[in-house]
Amino acid sequence: MKLKLHIWRQKSTQDKGKMVTYEVDGIIEDMSFLEMLDVLNEKLILNEEEPVAFDHDCREGICGACSLTINGIPHGPEKETTICQLHMRHFKDGDEIYVEPFRARAFPVLRDLVTDRTAFDRIMQAGGFVSANTGGIPDANAIPISKKDADLAMDNAACIGCGACVAACKNASAMLFVSAKVAQYAYLPQGQTERKRRVLNMVAQMDREGFGNCTNYYECEAVCPKGISVASIALMNRDFLRASLSEEKALDR
Amino acid sequence: MAALVRFLTSSILSKIVMAATGLVLVLFLLGHMAGNLQMYLGQDAMNTYAETLQGLGGLLWVIRAALFIMLVLHVITSIKLKWENYNARPEQYAMRKYVRASLSSRTMIWTGIMIFLFVTYHLLHFTIHATNPAYGGLYDAMGRHDVYSMVVLGYSNVLISLVYIAAMILLAFHLFHAIESMFQTLGVNHEKYNPFIHGLSLTVASIIMVGFLSIPIGVLFGWIELPAGVIIL
Repeated sequence: MKLKLHIWRQKSTQDKGKMVTYEVDGIIEDMSFLEMLDVLNEKLILNEEEPVAFDHDCREGICGACSLTINGIPHGPEKETTICQLHMRHFKDGDEIYVEPFRARAFPVLRDLVTDRTAFDRIMQAGGFVSANTGGIPDANAIPISKKDADLAMDNAACIGCGACVAACKNASAMLFVSAKVAQYAYLPQGQTERKRRVLNMVAQMDREGFGNCTNYYECEAVCPKGISVASIALMNRDFLRASLSEEKALDR
Repeated sequence: MAALVRFLTSSILSKIVMAATGLVLVLFLLGHMAGNLQMYLGQDAMNTYAETLQGLGGLLWVIRAALFIMLVLHVITSIKLKWENYNARPEQYAMRKYVRASLSSRTMIWTGIMIFLFVTYHLLHFTIHATNPAYGGLYDAMGRHDVYSMVVLGYSNVLISLVYIAAMILLAFHLFHAIESMFQTLGVNHEKYNPFIHGLSLTVASIIMVGFLSIPIGVLFGWIELPAGVIIL
């Protein structure tokens, strides 16, 4: 399989960056997209050129490190598939492929296709947790949780924090990520104590990070590798409004 | 106080402002359309309705002021949102593809701007009569302002009718996304009701478009005619 790749090259955050075209040959359809880039990088290294930097870690679709925009779609054309799990069988011999980083002001490019997504970590630090006293492990099922709520909490907890929602959004909004992290606790009894503070603090941090605003394009839901639903955004909107009107003292950070 | 400031400056409040002001404006549109449809009941019914509205006096100005505030809030918030969204992605993609986002949702700012320009023209045309001062001098047999004839005369001009028709199509396009979006923003999203909300959005947008459109089209096709004694200027 022979491919023509248009890849974003940028030396550093300060560098201007540009699209560079590469040809790569000998691609096997069972390779993942990242393995295809590995082949390209080996070729570049042999030619004494700088290899293309890209993020990756588990290559099993569960860590959220890989973050490429393929032909204008974050994580590429396959539904609910991270880029590391996207295989070359979905492309044809002779295809032209555009490879770009996740683009957002809040995700500055560090190098080539690697972006700094610590904005998500700061949002998590603002409220994406439950406070619990340490001690013995509580008995299993000591707190009854309905199957439906447990499922919904798990669906939202499936978010791997990759940032594809931000990359896909026309406004670079982080609402799907933040709402998944708000919702995963909102469905559980353990999340109730800090429920109001959590949504207020996480939304405030999200706004500070310079993400755009949600205008309900639902492009985030379409590209999410974990299939997080925009219903979580509606839940967050409800929780935010209720908390804003009733929380007597918000914890400012 | 800090909590209040944070609430007022938050991105979600901006969305809620868009949804709430939009809701009031959609309800106004439905009322306005119902009023306009009285054109089909003839000159007397239309002019009675117009006179009743004018007879509200102070209340009319309260309603006008409230609607004006809603419109201004809607426009200002949309500009704020657009500006922030524009700045949230300084470097654009070389290649962009949309999987789910509808054309209607992606063009809200443009349809919005055109609707705003249209509303300005519409007020100058039929409310203030700035573009056609002769409209102010139209009176019916009972000495009331002849709104019926004014509308027929206005739409007899094909160019003006086309502007109104185009504006209503854009409005419907804006509303397709707007009405559905309003529910999501206000926190209403449920598997069971989502198909209904989607249908409602399409239905209300279509009703508003057809209702408003039927009048210039009715005049152009001669279904709504000038009463005897009024001369086309």
